[in-house]
Amino acid sequence: MITDIDAKLLEKIADLTGKPAGAINIRKDSGCEARQSTEHIEIAGKTDKPGIDIRIRPGTRGEKCYIPVIISKTGLTEMVYNDFYVGDGSDVEIVAGCGIHNSGCDESRHDGVHTFYIGKNCRVRYTEKHYGENAPEQTGRNVMNPQTIVYLGEGSTMEMETVQIRGIDSTKRFTKFVCEAGSEVVVTERLLTHGRQIAESEMEIELNGADAKGRVISRSVAQDESEQVFYPRMVGNAQCFGHVQCDSIIMGSAKVKSIPAIAANCTDAQLVHEAAIGKIAGDQLLKLETLGLSPEEAEETILKGFLA
Amino acid sequence: MLELKHISYRVSAPEGELDILKDVSLTIPDEKLVVFTGPNGGGKTTLAKIIMGLIRPTAGQIVYDGQDITDLDITQRARLGISYGFQQPPRFKGITVQDLLQLAAGENRLSKDRCCHYLTSVGLCANDYLDREVDVSLSGGEVKRIEIATILARDGRFMIFDEPEAGIDLWSFARLTETFEQIHARRSATMVIISHQERIIRLADEIIVVAGGQIAHRGTTEEIFPLILADTLGSCPVMTRKEAAQ
Repeated sequence: MITDIDAKLLEKIADLTGKPAGAINIRKDSGCEARQSTEHIEIAGKTDKPGIDIRIRPGTRGEKCYIPVIISKTGLTEMVYNDFYVGDGSDVEIVAGCGIHNSGCDESRHDGVHTFYIGKNCRVRYTEKHYGENAPEQTGRNVMNPQTIVYLGEGSTMEMETVQIRGIDSTKRFTKFVCEAGSEVVVTERLLTHGRQIAESEMEIELNGADAKGRVISRSVAQDESEQVFYPRMVGNAQCFGHVQCDSIIMGSAKVKSIPAIAANCTDAQLVHEAAIGKIAGDQLLKLETLGLSPEEAEETILKGFLA
Repeated sequence: MLELKHISYRVSAPEGELDILKDVSLTIPDEKLVVFTGPNGGGKTTLAKIIMGLIRPTAGQIVYDGQDITDLDITQRARLGISYGFQQPPRFKGITVQDLLQLAAGENRLSKDRCCHYLTSVGLCANDYLDREVDVSLSGGEVKRIEIATILARDGRFMIFDEPEAGIDLWSFARLTETFEQIHARRSATMVIISHQERIIRLADEIIVVAGGQIAHRGTTEEIFPLILADTLGSCPVMTRKEAAQ
């Protein structure tokens, strides 16, 4: 049963209100709360381990698939494997994400491995948002360790948006793309940590085919005493273009480590990386104050824009 | 009306105490267009920043519409209708031109027509710019024009522009000058413009020459412009000798 708390989590992580059209699988507290396949997108439970297989027929266009996960129990730990098979020529949007409402004092933890096998000439938009919260007076830790592995076929594009909204005490993320000729990937990462949270994000983009393009745009805000580490790596194994951009705003007594790497194994690989860590610039705050915002409102506006 | 009374600003430098502004008193009547001009380092920007609250004077009093605002912070002054266009505006990752105009106007949903009006006034097309982030992808001139558009969107009763012409191409500058003329003709705001440009100086009701931390001269364009030209030559002894020889 979807409670009010669940509904709020679903809206936060997947913009889901009510029952959407299209394929859907809602996982709640390690069980299946709702599942619906469509003519073109089939969702089936795995028989050998926890998770689902999502099979998208070749040529499927303009369809959406929702597969959010919510946890409302304290002390629940799960490891989930979801595999996506996207047929040639498909143009689809996949919305994942995980929300935890920790109702007690024990650690709740979701570990997930999403593996995408994307055919030729596809266009896939993939969004995953992560959010955690505690019931009043409760202190159970919220932990999420998502892994995303993508095999991107010739001529295909994938836009991946991964967002950690707030409330995740510990996360260790791993994202890997293997890109064939003429494919293009854009990964946009937004990450906020606060309190004493820790976050580690590792990415590896292999550009293996001619004219493959990869782009990583990572923006993060580390508040209070939180700690973040980023390891984005772009590897060029063919004539390709790759760009890694990491920007972090550091606040309070937080710590941020950003270690972008580029590696060219082909003379025609063109790879660029940039990384910056810094406080909110004083002149940005002053400008917004001259527009009538209080210092607090100015800071909030800058952070909201940065993580938008 | 804005009154600056005995404003001083002193800073500590390695060589000792340095007076950036020395006992400056000045009254700016409502709806006037006043140009601050003068040599670099003379104190023009410091004086303008003191009006906005970006710098706190070490002595003196600021009165705006009869209210002592000396101890008010930037936000409080902004909410009284004072606005400030920075000489070198900051950039914002993730904040679009439309976001910034909305923040300036204090409206969550500023119509595209209004945005278009403000951007056109500074020589920019809304279709090209509204959704763009105010980040490093914009040139210095574009950011500068967007900065001025935010002041127009703010629609305050007291507008300060710090060298609005800096970094702006000739065509946009001509459009910008027309905009200043129109605001002045409507008498909807008092304007203080820090400028070295003759076209802007000629728009002024009053020119105030700030030099050496003091008001060196003040008066109408006709009175002050010859003095500025004379000072320009006078600052170069070689040129002055050549002029004398001729």
